[in-house]
Amino acid sequence: MFLAILKRLLMLIPVLIGITLISFLLLQIMPGDPASRAMGSRASAEDLQAMRELWGLDKPIWVQYFYFLRDCVTGSFGVSIFHKQPIITLVADRLPYTLAIVLYSTVIALVIALPFAILAAANRGRFLDVAIRQIFVVLIALPPFWLCYVLILWLALNLGMFPTGGVGTGFFENLYRLFLPSLVVGLSTAALIQQSLRAALIDAMKADYVDTARAKGLRGYEVFLRHILPNSLISTISIIGVRVSWIIGGTVVVEKIFSVPGLGSLLIDSIVSRDLPVIRGLTVFFAILVVTVNLIADICYALADPRIRLE
Amino acid sequence: MSLLSIHDLVAEFDSPSGIARAVDGVSFDVQPGEIFGIVGESGCGKSATCRAILRLFGGAPARIAGGRILLDGVGDLAALHERQLAQVRGRDVAFIFQDPLTALNPTMKIGRQITEVIRRHQNITRAKARAAALQLLRDVHITSPERRLDSYPHELSGGLRQRVVIAMALALRPRLIIADEPTTALDVTVQDQILRLLKERRDRLGTSIILITHDLGVVSQICDRMAVMYAGRVVETGPVREVLDSPSHPYTQALLAALPGQVGREQALTPIEGAPPSLISPPPGCRFAPRCKLAQPDCAIGPPPPLHARDGVSSGHVDACILNEVAHGAA
Ligand SMILES: Nc1ncnc2c1ncn2[C@@H]1O[C@H](COP(=O)(O)OP(=O)(O)O)[C@@H](O)[C@H]1O
Ligand code: SF4
Ligand SMILES: [Mg+2]
Repeated sequence: MFLAILKRLLMLIPVLIGITLISFLLLQIMPGDPASRAMGSRASAEDLQAMRELWGLDKPIWVQYFYFLRDCVTGSFGVSIFHKQPIITLVADRLPYTLAIVLYSTVIALVIALPFAILAAANRGRFLDVAIRQIFVVLIALPPFWLCYVLILWLALNLGMFPTGGVGTGFFENLYRLFLPSLVVGLSTAALIQQSLRAALIDAMKADYVDTARAKGLRGYEVFLRHILPNSLISTISIIGVRVSWIIGGTVVVEKIFSVPGLGSLLIDSIVSRDLPVIRGLTVFFAILVVTVNLIADICYALADPRIRLE
Repeated sequence: MSLLSIHDLVAEFDSPSGIARAVDGVSFDVQPGEIFGIVGESGCGKSATCRAILRLFGGAPARIAGGRILLDGVGDLAALHERQLAQVRGRDVAFIFQDPLTALNPTMKIGRQITEVIRRHQNITRAKARAAALQLLRDVHITSPERRLDSYPHELSGGLRQRVVIAMALALRPRLIIADEPTTALDVTVQDQILRLLKERRDRLGTSIILITHDLGVVSQICDRMAVMYAGRVVETGPVREVLDSPSHPYTQALLAALPGQVGREQALTPIEGAPPSLISPPPGCRFAPRCKLAQPDCAIGPPPPLHARDGVSSGHVDACILNEVAHGAA
């Protein structure tokens, strides 16, 4: 197991190099001059030139790329033009909020999906099943930003149940304040989990081992909790793993709308201010995040299903 | 007194094209300590009959639509509530399913799957149940049973898995074990061992066994009495020696004639020309008529002929062919 994880980590190195290369090249074609952005429009030509030299923007592209690689390897991920801080410091400040939303929204998705998947599977083909499916299809189709504004207008402004945005201090206050943004990110994931879990439950209900379990005289709930549900959840773990990259992407817009100072708002702010090193560093960092979470999901999957060995 | 006595059992499956009467008026008895064989081509309702006894239809939309299933000392299983029936399952009547590869929960250790049935019906500690499970694995001749308790099903061969399934079935010393083609999915050498295991149990503890198979050789080897099913009905039943030595129903005769080793036929699995009829709208009269070499015009009319004794033959050897009925009536 340990060796397999190590192997997986080593295999990530070429992937990460590829990601640094792509994120570097993509941002080269982004319009706008970072130096003039950082200095403001009234800066003199000499000052701008000095700035470019300071940030290495005057160097050939491949030299810039190697500077960038060096910064990634040393862990600083470069220095922000705008904040004038190592990017890793910025990330460290903001990562907890993003991780919190990722985790929180996954929990919300599970809590929503589980009962509806069970209800739908138990009533498969009947009205309730169809109705639940339709509702979740609509949920998937809703654009997140629209959902954000509806929730803000309705739950936050009209009913005053939640703040319109921002974060607080302490676990419980943030649990409360991050609820709406996590709900937005979690809803469409809930739809996905509901669908896959419903299918997995229906499959499991037909499985021979369920007959065996019932033939032992187990009661309905025992058969369900010990045999049907665990086997169905296992296939859902891999769905969540795949989904997490989407969830991480989904936090970007939502963080901005709900003024959560996470990695997503940092990314959008940096794009607005043409803070090239931060955009680049964050792209790489997001990629690392996605890859890591996928690895964790794979490990969970291997732990949960005795037939699966981590390769 | 019979241990199990089934009267006019009817079981139906809902399917997209209509209601299939997979079991249509089946009656038979199983005596204590008896191995009762059920044979017939696939799709004839053997599994459905046995599943109906414990009402285990594998999540399919199926129900018992008539008849009685009298279990000695318990009553009519068909009339029990699901909760009462659950008490009977595993304790009085155990079930062994066809495919050991899918019959065990892939994500639960063997030991837990065995102790589960013990602890369901007996109020004993985890440790005691585990000790009992260990003994059960020994009883079914599994080597290094301690290790097996902590194995997952995929770590065991098919034969071993079927032994585990049998160990689970034996756990509470049920009076009746229903085995639905327990060896079909296994290779030949293992088949023999598994059958011997079941027979050994009967010989030692007097456990009754209903054995579904499409292998007449197996029936001849270990069964005491047997029923031949065709299209949802029993067409012939009686002591194995009588039925196999002097089959009276043309379907039984055709099955026997198709055995390998007999001249002029190829395979045991598709012995007779044509296929059994749909159970959604079975043909009128005798359901074997479309394939029967001896069919008369009268055969395809009216309700299916009932079972009746053959002339001069004792010990409950009965069949459902009108030819024998006519002979009987004329005598
Ligand atoms: N899951 C099911 N859904 C619908 N019909 C079924 C199902 N299982 C069995 N049947 C019906 O019951 C008939 C008998 O099936 P079965 O008892 O499995 O036959 P056997 O065990 O003799 O091969 C089939 O021909 C089919 O019409
Ligand atoms: S009743 Fe007629 S069709 Fe049926 S088995 Fe007898 S002879 Fe054949
Ligand atoms: Mg069958």
